Amino acid sequence: MIRIVLPAHLRTLAKVEGEVTLEVVPPMTQRSILDALEGRFPVLRGTIRDHLNQKRRPFLRFFACEEDLSHESPDALLPDAVISGQEPFLIIGSVAGG
Amino acid sequence: MSKVRVLVGTRKGGFILTSDGNRQKWDIDGPYFGGWEIYHMKGSPVDVNRLYASQSSGWFGQVMQRSNDGGKTWEAAGNEFKYDGIPGTHQWYDGTPHPWEFKRVWHLEPSLSDPDSVFAGVEDAALFQTTDGGKTWHELAGLRQHRTGAKWAPGAGGMCLHTILLDPHNPERIYIAISAAGAFRSDDSGKTWQPINQGLRSEYIPDPTAEVGHCVHRIAMHPSRPNVLFMQKHWDVMRSDNAGASWSEVSGNLPTDFGFPIEVHSHEPQTIYVVPIKSDSEHYPPEGKLRVYRSRNGGMEWEALTNGLPQRDCYVNVLRNAMAVDALDSCGVYFGTTGGQVYASADSGDSWTAIAQNFPSVLSVEVQTLL
Repeated sequence: MIRIVLPAHLRTLAKVEGEVTLEVVPPMTQRSILDALEGRFPVLRGTIRDHLNQKRRPFLRFFACEEDLSHESPDALLPDAVISGQEPFLIIGSVAGG
Repeated sequence: MSKVRVLVGTRKGGFILTSDGNRQKWDIDGPYFGGWEIYHMKGSPVDVNRLYASQSSGWFGQVMQRSNDGGKTWEAAGNEFKYDGIPGTHQWYDGTPHPWEFKRVWHLEPSLSDPDSVFAGVEDAALFQTTDGGKTWHELAGLRQHRTGAKWAPGAGGMCLHTILLDPHNPERIYIAISAAGAFRSDDSGKTWQPINQGLRSEYIPDPTAEVGHCVHRIAMHPSRPNVLFMQKHWDVMRSDNAGASWSEVSGNLPTDFGFPIEVHSHEPQTIYVVPIKSDSEHYPPEGKLRVYRSRNGGMEWEALTNGLPQRDCYVNVLRNAMAVDALDSCGVYFGTTGGQVYASADSGDSWTAIAQNFPSVLSVEVQTLL
């Protein structure tokens, strides 16, 4: 079971509260868990990854296990602690001042 | 009893203001989609409870929303805007070719006959349409693929298609405007387009009378006379009496002819409204006085409308999508400011009241008259 933490705006858009838990068919990668997330919540398509090229939107970051995974290959295996459900996969909106 | 519904898009959400036909007491609902930029909300003219909204964010991109109950509830619609074919390039700020990239929807124009059909003007400039109530969007690519397309360039606010006018007398005729390419017209439902910029003069481009490259801020028409167009350009208020084939300047005695919105009275096709702004580097009213200017003869002769508007220390702007009129017997005029005020006049602009004081910066205002 994969745990995903969405930023507040996307929780509102997906009409969920708290963490999202997903069953994901291995391999457990950024791509596979985001595919599963968008499959369950189609409204999130295009909000995390670009519709066309599937790249992470520039102002979002992917964190897990106190590491920044944003620049990892989308097909790289996620940390064991994320795969086991011990740690969540965090989707974070970059901070803005003002 | 008639009612009025005002749809206000702001930098941090959408609001819906309602009143009876007297337009003295207003109820405010919202914010809808709090924290998101609502570039535009607009209702179908054939089903007043069918609303569409453009919801966008620098973080999360574009989301489209649709309501079937006048804005009480909303459901997310399709948000994939894919340019037709290989998009090619337009001109970037430094003159180099730059790939077309979808950024956001600026303007929604529901069909005059079908609530499931809506046109969307987007940045980078292109025209899209849905015919299934927003589930899917397809590009009317003839516009972007016009022979001049590679020369189009963004203004400081991006290269946006911000105005769409549908001719109620000719279902195949569509007008659009792009900053900073100019105005275009299609006479075949959007398949092919021609620039309609003859008579415009823009000193900020190398050839001031070029076929394209003009920063048109807004065009407007009265539905009874769709061949008569009014334009607020980046400097100059213009008028065309031949469906855009040629334009003449009607700035007349305006204190400044820079501004963004332009609107036409709902019952008087020769009565038009603008909000003069001091300059393109000072986006606020001259002398700190917020004044709507009205011409009752189609331009040239303008009168300042000030009753109820701040006449000192006012330094807000009124953006291009942020003015609208209702269709009640005594025409209502509405506009929103970058300072978060929404002003309404129930008497064609003679007097004004702030019906919202402290909204986020207003991006768009539309009005529905519910008879």
